[in-house]
Amino acid sequence: MNIVVCIKQVPATTEVKMNKDTNTIIREGVESIINPFDMYAIEEALRIRDRLGGKVTVMSMGIMTVSDQLREAIALGADDTILVNGREFAGSDTLATAYALSMAIKKIGAVDLVICGKQATDGDTAQVGPSLAEKLGVPHTTYVRKIEDIHDGYIRCQRMTEDGYEVIEMPLPAIITVVKEINEPRLPSIKGMMRSKKAIIAIWNAENIGADKCRCGLKGSPTQVIKTFTPVHDIKSESIEGSVDEQAFRVIEILSAPPAAK
Amino acid sequence: MAEIKIILDKCLGCRLCIKACPYNAIKVEDKKAYILENCILCGACLGSCKFKAIELLKDGDTEIKTDVSIYNGVWIYAEQKNGVVSSTAFELLGVGRKLADKLKVELSAVLIGSSVEAQVNILAAYGADNVYIVDHSSLVQFNDESYSEILVQLINNYRPEIVLISATTYGRSLAPRVSSRIDTGLTADCTSLDIDLEKRILMQTRPAFGGNLMATIICPDRRPQMSTVRPKVMKPLEPDQNRKAVAIKPEVDIPDSTSIKVLEIINDLSEKVNLAEADIIVSAGRGIGDPANIKMIQELAGLLGAAVGASRAVVDAGWISYNHQVGQTGKTVSPKVYIACGISGAVQHLAGMSSSDTIIAINRNPEAPIFKLANYGIVGDVLEVIPAMIKELKKRL
Repeated sequence: MNIVVCIKQVPATTEVKMNKDTNTIIREGVESIINPFDMYAIEEALRIRDRLGGKVTVMSMGIMTVSDQLREAIALGADDTILVNGREFAGSDTLATAYALSMAIKKIGAVDLVICGKQATDGDTAQVGPSLAEKLGVPHTTYVRKIEDIHDGYIRCQRMTEDGYEVIEMPLPAIITVVKEINEPRLPSIKGMMRSKKAIIAIWNAENIGADKCRCGLKGSPTQVIKTFTPVHDIKSESIEGSVDEQAFRVIEILSAPPAAK
Repeated sequence: MAEIKIILDKCLGCRLCIKACPYNAIKVEDKKAYILENCILCGACLGSCKFKAIELLKDGDTEIKTDVSIYNGVWIYAEQKNGVVSSTAFELLGVGRKLADKLKVELSAVLIGSSVEAQVNILAAYGADNVYIVDHSSLVQFNDESYSEILVQLINNYRPEIVLISATTYGRSLAPRVSSRIDTGLTADCTSLDIDLEKRILMQTRPAFGGNLMATIICPDRRPQMSTVRPKVMKPLEPDQNRKAVAIKPEVDIPDSTSIKVLEIINDLSEKVNLAEADIIVSAGRGIGDPANIKMIQELAGLLGAAVGASRAVVDAGWISYNHQVGQTGKTVSPKVYIACGISGAVQHLAGMSSSDTIIAINRNPEAPIFKLANYGIVGDVLEVIPAMIKELKKRL
């Protein structure tokens, strides 16, 4: 089974602290990590490989420092890593990202399964996985919480829905995006860590993957951010005092009243 | 190559842009700002500079553009389950009506399913001028492949300028598949939509970084402009049963068979209401102390007609299934009322529920961060307050 896992470097959100005076995020000293959902994607790929044999390639598009995250993937057990890198990719929205990743995956060739995390914790879009599937012309299933069966040319998995889950089967090659429930990621092994230090990360630019530069980066991105702002949490806070029964009475009164405007 | 450039003559080294940059990609040295290599050109710094010292330089090469003039009208995709339109479709009609009226164009709903024709009247009542119906027995269940194939055909044939899809499980899977096929832009999980009338473009505002940063996004040169819209945020119109819509049955090629097959649909939620559709959510945190106390939370939720949520700690401890988890690695919810029971309010949890209309927090620790976000706070033991609430509710039955 030839598996590609797409990961993203994100700021370590556990480190995010709010500045109480200015209500902004304190970002100094925030380190970068593998997007938490992508850890489940890597783990699932490793488990399939360990069971069925094959190869796990972990890929990312980003700046050179993303090498750190790719080395971490090797420490976890990935066989190969590719960094799609170049100024021509800067400013990519989800469409341009999906296009670039699709060209890189086509260059690898003969890929059976692509696994992505459900979404990244910085952009929270959840769009690259399905968009990438479309660019590759393969089926996809999102929010996968369990792979029930996988073998040559076939996958059956469970997709988490609002009400429960669905059992879905697809032919391979295909793309799945995974949720946290699917597994518990392993820790890097000593052997893996040794290997990661020496590993060579393939760096591919737009020419290497045969990408049309008009479809990459800012130029290839139909969406543009025109404004960003910190949300104003103008909250009128009321502390409900009194005995437990009085507090409960007051809360039920609030719940019974017509909904308060935002 | 495109780049963000600091105009050094104008830069005073005030560091405002450093605060605005989500990626730590700006440094100030000798009272001048410099863009670092890890800049991803997100543009967050552009508006932050009071001295207009930051500019985004684009490449001169031609970009891919659509002829925007031939695209007209606002569309919403009306998600249905078991032949019944979801309430999120009414929310889309509510905001879609506002956008269509501003643009002075028609508002249409797209309805794909099996035996769904009876739903036209209700879509009309909630504001649709037209309903495009694709009704076929093979479409009884949502399928990424057939539904995206049909929606792409409809968009290519009728060319709406705006397409809105609910940011539900299905919507967030369908929308990027469709926009990718059409090669247009898509903005995820919008919480506010408006029209820039001068340019006739859609202004899409959405939270990022778990709600700590809001971004307004446009798609100026390609059509349609597509957004997924966070459920429960937009207000539906008051339904008017006298409103009529034109039912249109477009000619489309419905795929004979799909490679994706939905074999089984399992509804394993113990409660009647799911988190995405709930008006009220009662959420349990570590403060409930013992897995047995989940029953108490469920009882309160049952009396309120609410859904049951949970913090990551409670899910990780195995007290309740992952389907209930609210927060960064769980679900993002926007109910009318969110009742946080024994939840301290880690940043990751707040990211999943901060857009709730009203937040009620019950926690023993007066310093718990959840109180900063709460409209109503009770400092007390959840194991005493919740039984008292249950008693009070039962009195009123």
